[in-house]
Amino acid sequence: MRHLLSITDLQPPDVERIMKRAEGFAEVGRRDIKKVPTLRGRTIVNLFYESSTRTSSSFELAAKRLSADVVSVKAAGSSVEKGESLKDTVATLSAYGPEAIVIRSPYAGAAELVAQWSEAAVVNAGDGKHEHPSQALLDVYTLLRRLESLEGRRIWIVGDVLHSRVARSNVLAFRMMGAEVTVCGPPTLIPRGIGDALGCEVRYDLDRLEEAEIVYALRMQRERMHESFVPSIREYAARYQIDTRRLGPRQLLMHPGPVNRGVELAPEVIDGPNSLITEQVESGLVVRMAILYELLAGGRPRPGDARGGDAEDVSAPTPIKEPA
Amino acid sequence: MSDPIRSVSSLDRRGSSGESAGELVLSRARVLDPRARLDGMYDVVVRRGRIAELAEPGSVEPGDGELVDAEGRAVFPAFFDPHVHLRTPGDEDEEDIETGTRAAAAGGYCGVLAMANTEPPVDSAPDVRSLRERASEQASVPTGFLACVTRGMEGMELTEMAELHDAGAVGFSDDGRPIANARVLRRALQYQRLVRGQFALHEEDRELSRPHGARDSSAGGVMHEGLVSAGLGLAGIPAVAESTMIARDAALAAYEDARIHVQHLSARESVDAVAAAKEAGVRITCEATPHHLTLTDEEVRSLDARYKMNPPLRADDDRQALIEGIRSGIIDCVATDHAPHSIDEKEVPFEEAAMGVTGLETAFAALHTHLVLPGVLELGVLVDRMSAGAGAFGFELPSLAPGSEANLVLFDPEAEWEPGADGWESRSSNSCFAGRKLRGRVLMTVAAGQVAYRQRSFAVGVAA
Repeated sequence: MRHLLSITDLQPPDVERIMKRAEGFAEVGRRDIKKVPTLRGRTIVNLFYESSTRTSSSFELAAKRLSADVVSVKAAGSSVEKGESLKDTVATLSAYGPEAIVIRSPYAGAAELVAQWSEAAVVNAGDGKHEHPSQALLDVYTLLRRLESLEGRRIWIVGDVLHSRVARSNVLAFRMMGAEVTVCGPPTLIPRGIGDALGCEVRYDLDRLEEAEIVYALRMQRERMHESFVPSIREYAARYQIDTRRLGPRQLLMHPGPVNRGVELAPEVIDGPNSLITEQVESGLVVRMAILYELLAGGRPRPGDARGGDAEDVSAPTPIKEPA
Repeated sequence: MSDPIRSVSSLDRRGSSGESAGELVLSRARVLDPRARLDGMYDVVVRRGRIAELAEPGSVEPGDGELVDAEGRAVFPAFFDPHVHLRTPGDEDEEDIETGTRAAAAGGYCGVLAMANTEPPVDSAPDVRSLRERASEQASVPTGFLACVTRGMEGMELTEMAELHDAGAVGFSDDGRPIANARVLRRALQYQRLVRGQFALHEEDRELSRPHGARDSSAGGVMHEGLVSAGLGLAGIPAVAESTMIARDAALAAYEDARIHVQHLSARESVDAVAAAKEAGVRITCEATPHHLTLTDEEVRSLDARYKMNPPLRADDDRQALIEGIRSGIIDCVATDHAPHSIDEKEVPFEEAAMGVTGLETAFAALHTHLVLPGVLELGVLVDRMSAGAGAFGFELPSLAPGSEANLVLFDPEAEWEPGADGWESRSSNSCFAGRKLRGRVLMTVAAGQVAYRQRSFAVGVAA
């Protein structure tokens, strides 16, 4: 794997390899010293054009746990604010010879452009409303720790699908792993044609939510009310909020965070026994370690390395390959 | 109600007065002009700027003028583009009158009409006069200028259209923006009785094309709303944003007995709306672009900003409707909407990129390659539609009939080339056909009786 730009670039074996590797890193995370020397001497740039707490911090920590040198560039206080173009910023940062660039941008396709303009491996940490592949991978990982497989599992993604890159990447990833996906939300927040575009069911109410084995709620931004997508947050919550009344005891609950308490999720389900929300954050770290490992230390098992992703393998320094 | 029909040569161009062109013979040419019912091999003789005769092939001896052996290559009436952006004044780094009309000549055009959405917009008589003066010094082919319908293209107050018309504006358009307010458009259409002149309308309901609402004018749709936009998470421009405005404006034109020309149709619904208006007797004409006729929103999956324009590339069903419209004549003509942009405006993420593509140099070759050669569209129909835009704006249709002003293009239907491989005549390179192999190439253009262009590799052969 050269870059992680979109879930559509991946095949199930790629996902399985990353999952295995993440399991190995989870073992490392339980040790006293949580750091491995795998990416020592490598440079990773985190370029964030949008505010982000969990994605940027987990990529930063993932890189540090792998002993890489990390430079984090935020839009605020950098040349980005002085009107420098993305291309010029990438050229400037490329002068440091980074092995990887992790980019978050408000615009679809930004990560792909960076991949064209730079020699580095590029990780799409969210591009506009397009994709957020590392989120989808960590969500798959989170589920696979609970369930043997996603084959035939029924997953409902509920909320503002229109503005959600998480929804798009997750539909693609869940479907690739064999799940049946339904997206559900107000008709104004479901893109026209998304069922055919992504291969999912579309529903506009929660009447049959009990069919779902996993309920994945999306963040509902308060601004949407002013743009007349929904008449009021109150009406949205009344129709689409996941609460104890709607969530059955066997259904698993997920959310990409940050949660609007009392809007898309009732407070009691957030911390309830079905909630995987905290586990998702934990998974984020190890899955992002596995993504960086995959891109920088060679993902495919090499001859004589049939085991692929156990802990010993990841803790052993890996020969450094020159970036292509 | 309308101006008397004018010749293309009444438009401004370089060297239009003075020297009279010498004799030019295109020997053994396959002449195709469906409007003049010409389809056969001839020697085409151009003398004193007019088609002097169509003689038996190979019968004309080289005289004191130039003889070009066409060797069976095609000669058509030259093309006429009622919709180009020459970016002058204001954005001469992207295009100017000289480079834009050179691109037109290279594409086989004998005339172009430039839109008024410049910086500042063309909304006063001195603006028009200054542009005409520049065209008379720099333009390779006859060039006309439209003026704005509303001051500053703000959609509120009408420009002094009578004075603009007297200054030589060939029509009126706020292209780039719709005239959102129906009252303003109605007044303009009423005023057309005084000023005559065609109205070219950019049809877009921005309340629909900017899904985030009027509050945030920057957060608009960036591509066709459909399966591809749903998959990419890009804000869509629905087809109804165009077709509902066409229906509104056709109704206003009917009520005021006005004449309107609808620009760049992109959707099936729009073709239906124009067809219904024509059926009802509304005086309406319309155009479609080569990119809408040959490409679809599937191209946008690449998120390459070269495929970003307004109206957007739509679904294949829309494209089929446009082709059928060209075939049936519901769509009167091809127009390029040639819209040059600097690299800086295109080498950015798709959503940030400027809208627009160049088109003059590739228009006919692209349509020939993608529609004529696969048998989708008859060559004769395409040849007609390439210049029919002249009629919609009150100009004589280019003709190869003896006695006509010489506006012709020599075209090699076999030549394979890659647009952009040898650079562009245009100052900008934002073409959707760059790097694609096209079949068929313009070798020579005669506009208003003068040779406006020779393809370089071909010119060498001519010298012999």
